[in-house]
Amino acid sequence: MLMSRIFIKGNVAIARGALDAGCRCYFGYPITPQNDIPEFMSKAMPEAGGEFVQAESEVAAANMLLGAAACGIRAMTSSSSPGMSLKQEALSYMAGSELPGVVVNMNRGGPGLGDIGPSQGDYFQSVKGGGHGDYRLLVLAPGTVQEAYDLTILAFELAFAYRNPVLILGDAIIGQMQEPITPQKPVAVDPFEGGSWRLEGAGQREPRVIKSLHLTDGALAGHNLKLQEKYQRAGKECRHEEFLTQDAELIVVAYGSIGRIVKSTIRKLRKEGVRVGLIRPITLFPFPSRVLFDLADQGKKFLTIEHNMGQMVEDVRLAICGKAESRFYGQLPGNLPTPNDFEQPIIDAVRS
Amino acid sequence: MEEVLAYKSPLLLDDRLSHYCPGCHHGTVHKLVAGCLEELGVGDNTVCVGSIGCSVFIYNYLTLDTVEAPHGRAPAVATGVKRSRPDKFVFTYQGDGDLASIGLAEIMHAANRGERISVVFVNNTVYGMTGGQMAPTTMIGQKTTTCPGGRCADREGLPMKMAEIIAGLGGVRYSARVAVNNIKNLKKARKVLKKAFEIQLAGKGFGFVEFLASCPTNWRMTSLAANERVEKEMIPYFPLGVFKDEQGDS
Repeated sequence: MLMSRIFIKGNVAIARGALDAGCRCYFGYPITPQNDIPEFMSKAMPEAGGEFVQAESEVAAANMLLGAAACGIRAMTSSSSPGMSLKQEALSYMAGSELPGVVVNMNRGGPGLGDIGPSQGDYFQSVKGGGHGDYRLLVLAPGTVQEAYDLTILAFELAFAYRNPVLILGDAIIGQMQEPITPQKPVAVDPFEGGSWRLEGAGQREPRVIKSLHLTDGALAGHNLKLQEKYQRAGKECRHEEFLTQDAELIVVAYGSIGRIVKSTIRKLRKEGVRVGLIRPITLFPFPSRVLFDLADQGKKFLTIEHNMGQMVEDVRLAICGKAESRFYGQLPGNLPTPNDFEQPIIDAVRS
Repeated sequence: MEEVLAYKSPLLLDDRLSHYCPGCHHGTVHKLVAGCLEELGVGDNTVCVGSIGCSVFIYNYLTLDTVEAPHGRAPAVATGVKRSRPDKFVFTYQGDGDLASIGLAEIMHAANRGERISVVFVNNTVYGMTGGQMAPTTMIGQKTTTCPGGRCADREGLPMKMAEIIAGLGGVRYSARVAVNNIKNLKKARKVLKKAFEIQLAGKGFGFVEFLASCPTNWRMTSLAANERVEKEMIPYFPLGVFKDEQGDS
């Protein structure tokens, strides 16, 4: 049965996605531009028999997530850039303790307090670790409101499949715009999910300890190796959108809301005979390196467009291994770009 | 002649060699916690939230399901545990640096929200594991590696009285300070801790017990002299007693 379509904001789509994914604990702290998420959850969680806590800080919210995750409960926190910096401590501990949880960052401009407009300045923080230590988050970057909803449901599945925090990286554009979406049938969460490791009182079995401290000789090395193997395994979760790449001379690589805006630019330029295509990474970690490598191998040129001064472009260059020409165009923060803004940089790159 | 068992260690206490320094009171407090949980019959249904510092290894001694919290964040982690599993008995075990310094926000707000958790707070007026630096509870005049001339009120403020501070918050149903430096105090401490645990079991709200404890190694004292210091220096400044005991429905 098809669910009827609803018209909602990106932030609400994420909150609704979490609810439909079986999330029953939400912990958060208000920060613009993602406040629709805690506002939705403050009503939705109690109605669903769950818990909503407005924490005293982003630090506390992320640690509440850690506690709920240790009990095997589907739980979430959300924030925006300055708040994400505060959450990193708990995320590092959760990665080290192999705990599943969903974290949302509706990226705003930085560094520091920055502004409240859209930005992709948190790419490095999101995909390279963010907190201390040698770990990764799985990172999903929606480009539409429908995708924001769908990827939130996927985020919970991945978090439990890999026992790892999963980050949804949107921005103020995705969060604040309103679009029609088709919701899915709510997930029937397995009540025994996490049953092999979650904390619930030892009962008659051996007690379980969820920790990230490994002091004995070789213990941390072994643990970190296990984590790295997990991140390798997660490679199969790689997702991307490919648009008109086959005959393209130039491949634009752009993600999230910028990827979507660039797609409009490409549609227009195609009508003018410009042979340009798009790769929009949907998972930023794992990164769709193989796809980019293969396109580079076919002799195509690359242009990475981001709403920052050059972050994902480093991963693009690693992926194409110097096989192709690679350019970068950065959109400054404080601006809401339109498809027109990207026309000239694309034309310049094709003609270079 | 028939053998009479004069003393039995709580079953929840694992039979292993202690890593704590001679004379340290952590082992004693561990034993009290294990004993109370056992008496109340809740060990099977308990989630312990460990913290940072010497006591991080609590999971090596208490045979309980345990999660390790980042420095100072145990009350937030415990909030997540209790909110997701309200049917579980949940307690945190924290030292003075953890609870009164880096985790001050987390403890105050968890207490103020009246989270249905119990907090075991071990105050030995010093950072133990990191090598004896100043804590928010370090006594005036006490020398540590970061206040080598002795703590000075003008420069570093007065030692924080957490049991009284916590008692002042709305969601708190029980807040007390005890000591384990002699048998008499230890027996009282056991009763107080059990009471704090019972408050949670009755679903009433937040229970807090501060233990005055010794750290002979970082105080540069013998165990006996450390016990005496608890009596003569700490108790006069950190008075023992129950600062809040509200049994009413919250």
